[in-house]
Amino acid sequence: MQLAVLAGFVVAGLTPWLHRVAGARTPLLLALLPAAIVGWLLQHWSLLAGGGALMLEQAWVPALDITLTFRLDGLAWLFACLIAAIGVLVLVYTGGYLRGHPDLPRFLAVLMAFMMSMLGLVLADNLVALFVFWELTSLTSYLLIGFRHTDPLARQAALQGLLVTAGGGLALLVGFVLLAEAGGSWSLAELASRGEAIRGHVLYLPLLVAILIGAFTKSAQFPFHFWLPNAMVAPTPVSAYLHSATMVKAGIYLLARLHPALSGTSAWTLGLALIGGVTLLLGAVMALRQTNLKLMLAYSTVMALGTMTLLLGIGTRAALAACLVFLLAHAFYKGALFLVAGILDVMTGTLDVTAMGGLRRLLPWTALTAAVAALSLAGLPPMLGFVAKEALFGALLEAGGTGWVAVVAVTLAAGLTLSVAAIVAIRPFLGPLRDPPRRPRGTPPALLVGPALLAALSLLTGVAPGLFDELVTVTLAGLGASGEALHLVPWHGVGGPLALSLAGLVLGVAVFLRWESVRARLVDVLAPLVARGPEVWHSTLGWRTLQLAHWQTRILQNGHLRTYLVTILMAWLGLVGHALLVRHGSLSWPGSAWQAHELVVAALMAAGALTACMVRSRLAAVAALGSMGFSIALTFVLFSAPDLAITQLLVETLTVVLLALVLFRLPHFTVLSTPLQRWRDLGVAALVGALITTLMLAVLGGERLPSVSHYMVANGQPLGHGHNLVNVILVDFRALDTLGEVFVLALAAVGVYAMLCFRAEEAGHG
Amino acid sequence: MVKSGTLILGVAAQLLLPLQLMFSVFLLLRGHDAPGGGFIAGLVAAGGFALYLFAHGRRAMHSLLKVAPRDLIGLGLLLGVLSTLPAWWRGQPFFTAQWWDLPLGITLSTPLLFDMGVYLVVLGALLTAITALVEIDQADDSR
Repeated sequence: MQLAVLAGFVVAGLTPWLHRVAGARTPLLLALLPAAIVGWLLQHWSLLAGGGALMLEQAWVPALDITLTFRLDGLAWLFACLIAAIGVLVLVYTGGYLRGHPDLPRFLAVLMAFMMSMLGLVLADNLVALFVFWELTSLTSYLLIGFRHTDPLARQAALQGLLVTAGGGLALLVGFVLLAEAGGSWSLAELASRGEAIRGHVLYLPLLVAILIGAFTKSAQFPFHFWLPNAMVAPTPVSAYLHSATMVKAGIYLLARLHPALSGTSAWTLGLALIGGVTLLLGAVMALRQTNLKLMLAYSTVMALGTMTLLLGIGTRAALAACLVFLLAHAFYKGALFLVAGILDVMTGTLDVTAMGGLRRLLPWTALTAAVAALSLAGLPPMLGFVAKEALFGALLEAGGTGWVAVVAVTLAAGLTLSVAAIVAIRPFLGPLRDPPRRPRGTPPALLVGPALLAALSLLTGVAPGLFDELVTVTLAGLGASGEALHLVPWHGVGGPLALSLAGLVLGVAVFLRWESVRARLVDVLAPLVARGPEVWHSTLGWRTLQLAHWQTRILQNGHLRTYLVTILMAWLGLVGHALLVRHGSLSWPGSAWQAHELVVAALMAAGALTACMVRSRLAAVAALGSMGFSIALTFVLFSAPDLAITQLLVETLTVVLLALVLFRLPHFTVLSTPLQRWRDLGVAALVGALITTLMLAVLGGERLPSVSHYMVANGQPLGHGHNLVNVILVDFRALDTLGEVFVLALAAVGVYAMLCFRAEEAGHG
Repeated sequence: MVKSGTLILGVAAQLLLPLQLMFSVFLLLRGHDAPGGGFIAGLVAAGGFALYLFAHGRRAMHSLLKVAPRDLIGLGLLLGVLSTLPAWWRGQPFFTAQWWDLPLGITLSTPLLFDMGVYLVVLGALLTAITALVEIDQADDSR
């Protein structure tokens, strides 16, 4: 399993190379990988059907109990199958959709990376591993939305999607840490068995809220729904794959996965049902407001995601079953419809439904595919969408109680969705032929095969939904809702659900017939609401954050070196001084006698420092500082530290070289600070000096600070194979520290280079 | 400023550079047992190159060095990271020093490799800064 996921990332990295070799056949070759994964999954189904689960564990950060554990159970199998199978179709479709596009290799590489991240997400058993894959899907989604990066709209939408989902990801991380704290484990499988303890824990409410924010941002629930329609600027394969079939369902997956651990409280039920209900109504209404085919489908995806959240909130066995069936049905028909929309886009050059008509004569197979998929979207028999909707209504009616609010909302939304389906399937294809911007010719088979297969699946599984009996039963058992085997049937007979479906049908047909006037009124009514909606909150928040950043940069990074120095020194004084006062008791002056030459060196140092502060010439100041540096080197020699002395001497020499280069470039020496500021600086300097002295005394007299030098002296030769302890420490005992310092040095050099060269370039241009 | 043109400095730099470089390599190799080591050796080598730069100009130094100073930084970091890998390969904790005794009394070790990395980074970083300063000098002078 690790092999499958990790190999995918390697393949993603090799894609550009593969494209150079295989050319236009690359998408088909790449599709072999997800196809193999599908085969592997099918092969392991028998194991899962017996109630088992496949588990592979690999230590990652053992000290923190973080493992790269993959676990294949019913739910993971269901999602992995969807991801891999639709992945195959989307890759094939991409081959036709982006034929000859110069950036095709980049697109395919990111798409493969996304596919593997998504697989990793649904297979991961460790919370941290899941989070890493979760963030990877956000990142790859960002790259795919912004694929046409020369278009400012695409860049904006990509950034918006990233900010919303990654912001939710941060909340999710907090939630995961709290969850691991409350449940005492990082493993999802173990957490699922500790639901009682987690629900009773004092951290339950905070962790639930944090995790819900993460799931809701990913799955585009109100009030975070706005990024999903904007993400439709992405190429259509991305819309179909990420923003309808897989990635946006990651939040649903997470909620389902955590259902055994977190559900059953009123906070869970209320939160999910309320948000889900609002989202599904909002999605259904907003879809009718659009004329762009992809936007209509995007809002109807929002509606579907809301429905699944609502069902998870209700959380009865029937509701969970309905959620799973709905998930499957939605993946099939919405994937097909998005791909059809992409075909129309490529063939006619527009996505506006009001500009299309009568295309059935020019694109007969596309029309047929759209009609079949739309039947499923509308929830009409004999499609899987109908089975899902019957199960949905059945679960709502069974829940009873205050469930009637949900029943009304879902019925309304179902009716509106039916009219969306009718608009999508009928407007572009029936009626008199209108002239689109481009006149379509026959559809290439690469484009048609994906949507046609998905639509056929909708029909096939609608006629024989019993195919999913075993899958749904096994998955339900994994969600903690085990029971007798479930039987899905294509026709439920006359009853409550059918009556509700009929009510929805009547409403949907009525709305469809008057769509133009309904849409006009919707636009009027909703315009002020949209203008004050969550999207505006989000952009205002972003703008305010930028303002805050500007403000604090002006305060902290004002470009005056002396301010930086004072800030750094004061912070250091406060922290170290505080620690010293609190932790350390009495200090004593070292008793050793003073030698005359030591006093001379000390006096030289002090004189150098004082001179450097007093003189009004740079050259003199440099010389004074240099004499101080050489005195320090002398001190090192006196106290037998030849390495330090050599280093100090060389650094002093090279400092003079560097200063000589910049000295003549500097402006004239001027006094910028007021006398008061200079007194303050004197105070800071005196305090720092005092603190350093105290610190040295504390270290020298330190009984409380056990010395490590004995260890170093004892082990330098036997372990480090060296007599020069300084060097043994630098390159062996503390090599990691040295590596870090070397990296800092390299970064500083690159920084100096960049600063100087950009300045030189600017000067050259100016 | 950039190129002194003084005959004495020019000749001295030409003679001193090989000596300084040899001395820096000597410091590097003996560093584990006696005063020296990658950091000091890098400083000595940088001093030598800086002297040569002042005496003969930027172009002469570049043609002598053959590579951009920036690349030395990257190479040094790479050596530093590479020196961590043998321990990993043997399943020991990250950065555990490895020693190999070769015939003829030569001893190789990952700390030596690491020290060479430090040497190159120090040399590269200093030369990068110095040449960058010299370059803007020239840009200013040519205007």
